[in-house]
Amino acid sequence: MFYRESGQFKTSYPADQAIFPIAQDRWGLIAVLVVAYGVVPFLIDDYWSNAVLLPFLCYAMAALGLNILVGYCGQISLGTGGFMAVGAYAAYKIMTTFPNLDFIPVVLAAGLITAAVGVLFGLPSLRIKGFYLAVATLAAQFFLVWVFNKFGWFNNYNATGQITAPPASVFGILVTGAHTHPAVTYLFCLSFVALFALVAKNLVRNRVGRSWMAIRDMDIAAEIIGVRPLTTKLSAFAVSSFYVGMAGALYFAVWLGSAEPTEAFGIDQSFLVLFMVIIGGLGSILGSFLGAAFIVLMPILLKNVMVDSLGMAAVTAKHVEILLMGLLIIFFLIVEPHGLARLWQILKEKLRLWPFPY
Amino acid sequence: MKLRNVKASLIGAALAVALLGQSAAAYELTMPSLDYRTGPYAPNGIPFANGYADYLTLLNERDGGIEGATINIVACETAYNTKQGVECYEKTKDVGESGALVYQPLSTGITYQLIPKSSVDEIPIFSMGYGRTSAANGEVFPWVFNFPATYWDQATVFVQYIADQEGGMDKLKGKKIALVYHNSAYGKEPIRTLEVLSEKLGFTLQLLPVDHPGQEQKATWLQVRRERPDWVLMWGWGVMNQVAIKEAASIRFPMDHFIGVWWSGSENDVMPAGEAADGYLSGAFHAAGDGFPVHEDIKKHVYDADKGAGDRDRIGEVLYNRGVVAAMWTTEAIRTGMKIHGTNEVKGTHVRDGFEALNVDEARLNELGFEGFTIPVVVTCQDHAGPQKVALQQWDAKEKKWNMVSKFYDSMADVVDPLVKEDSMAYAKENNITPRTCN
Repeated sequence: MFYRESGQFKTSYPADQAIFPIAQDRWGLIAVLVVAYGVVPFLIDDYWSNAVLLPFLCYAMAALGLNILVGYCGQISLGTGGFMAVGAYAAYKIMTTFPNLDFIPVVLAAGLITAAVGVLFGLPSLRIKGFYLAVATLAAQFFLVWVFNKFGWFNNYNATGQITAPPASVFGILVTGAHTHPAVTYLFCLSFVALFALVAKNLVRNRVGRSWMAIRDMDIAAEIIGVRPLTTKLSAFAVSSFYVGMAGALYFAVWLGSAEPTEAFGIDQSFLVLFMVIIGGLGSILGSFLGAAFIVLMPILLKNVMVDSLGMAAVTAKHVEILLMGLLIIFFLIVEPHGLARLWQILKEKLRLWPFPY
Repeated sequence: MKLRNVKASLIGAALAVALLGQSAAAYELTMPSLDYRTGPYAPNGIPFANGYADYLTLLNERDGGIEGATINIVACETAYNTKQGVECYEKTKDVGESGALVYQPLSTGITYQLIPKSSVDEIPIFSMGYGRTSAANGEVFPWVFNFPATYWDQATVFVQYIADQEGGMDKLKGKKIALVYHNSAYGKEPIRTLEVLSEKLGFTLQLLPVDHPGQEQKATWLQVRRERPDWVLMWGWGVMNQVAIKEAASIRFPMDHFIGVWWSGSENDVMPAGEAADGYLSGAFHAAGDGFPVHEDIKKHVYDADKGAGDRDRIGEVLYNRGVVAAMWTTEAIRTGMKIHGTNEVKGTHVRDGFEALNVDEARLNELGFEGFTIPVVVTCQDHAGPQKVALQQWDAKEKKWNMVSKFYDSMADVVDPLVKEDSMAYAKENNITPRTCN
């Protein structure tokens, strides 16, 4: 009943090829954006910004990037943490070299530098696939973190190897450093993520995206019909790393403020983002958001429910939380192996027929 | 199952009501405790958190809090993870009427995250003997305190101790000292000081990083075996400590030439290696054991009332005592702040003033039941690192106890002070901070 599209006629090609052909989806998205832009900034405080929304947005950006590579192009990558580090360190070096630069070009440049590094580490994908490629990207992860740890140039010869984001602003409004307003950092990240989610959605619907999917589904067949593996795979690595690099820059400069390579960009980051993509749904833009929300927000929700509402001790709650997260991941993967995005799709189908399913 | 859930939530609601009722009655001092009782650093995080909580509970039970205001301990689990630490900080900073009064994150990584935030929120951070060393400069870091001594002080003290054992500073020439360190901001802290010292005194410094969490150190110790350094220093934490001591034992490295930072010298670290750990050294700024009057009070007022945070028989462990001494200095700072401002309804800014006027001398230590337990501390606006004195303790595996084996050495100010100045000024420049002037 809710998703019945009867009566919605498409009278032109643009209408037929719209991102959201169903009016309910369109209105739903507009409602989400109105809330995100018009309501949340007035309610937000430090806790909601630093502990809930910024992590979600930064990880959503990283998951978008990885989803392009893994979900759409079928190239498994375990190097996300390393590529996020490239973005973070690129942002740091640019910010400290050009202190008065606006922060938007910093993030974009960090993305571009990461894209170049990503292409470099994508080269092995032309020869190896599947698990073997995963191992090659794993090497990238360890290599990059080692490089940032080893060479003092990257952290401006800091005694402890930490990088700290200096204050930077966008159109004169501070977005990094300690003196920022929670609504500003939130809106800044939200705008980046919203804009680039739209870009990603369009990318995967056009020729580039279709050639990625062709390579994913069967590379030999794709090659025979004229899709060049070299440009296709490397463009996927480039675009994916661009997103991940921007995510790294936002993650380091806007959310964390300071970072050290081994902890902030370790192998567990790579796995975390990969889990987001798998749980959210491979090859789905919505899935990237759902996965990031699930992995980032669920532990905080569980913790707050257990500690604040049920009055559990902090440590017991932590143990239960680890347990519940594991159970929930297994539960969702059993219920729907194709991720939360597929679950949403099934729900939509059901709602379309409800209350009279046939 | 369902019934139990309902029960649990009912109890939760009742508790909440009870707590709310209480907080309306009297002014409460919110003291967040960023614990880590889970993860690879839990063996070290648990005793510290217990000591911290028990001392605060003792003040509540015995004295009715600090100067009549009761303490509300707000525990939050960080798992030694900086992101969870930030989440805990944001969650606890506005709790209660007073708001969070002081943070003790017990993690150098979390401390680094909180330094810029806390100065905006006006909540002091007491990173006791850890965190950012250059925070010792109170002119650049008005909200951060790292007394009684920093990592750089400690590095110079270890070198002085080594020199004493070798027979003089001039004997260090040509010696080889290795540093086994946790490959993070924490572990890298002493490197610069040791580099300066090695240049000055002519010993060679060998750096051996160990990656988080430090369970795998075979390669590191193989290197130690090959290079045969005369002394090994260690900056480790969590499981890394016990693994290192076991590995050192397995290559038969002489334990009395193996010195750990004060975070690498607790019972948990040496026990797993058994007899082989005998003679292992570590830094210290307080005694071990439960023979002090304060422990009697904790047993009587806290554990007999069944309000203890941990096991009764683990009272007096090194890290437990460190939690106790951390709580003591913190609460003394709050008390000092109350006296300065003439009210017990203090906020973060008042507590910071208390820290900057902190003076816990021998007489006060005796009053508090800490006779011979630790050193007197004086903190000023300019100097946030306090006495900068470190002693060494040695593990006796047969008696299963730590013994102080050296005097309290003074840090080498001529080495440390210029480094603190340089690093803090670099921070000030990078973050557009104008150093205040203390008078």
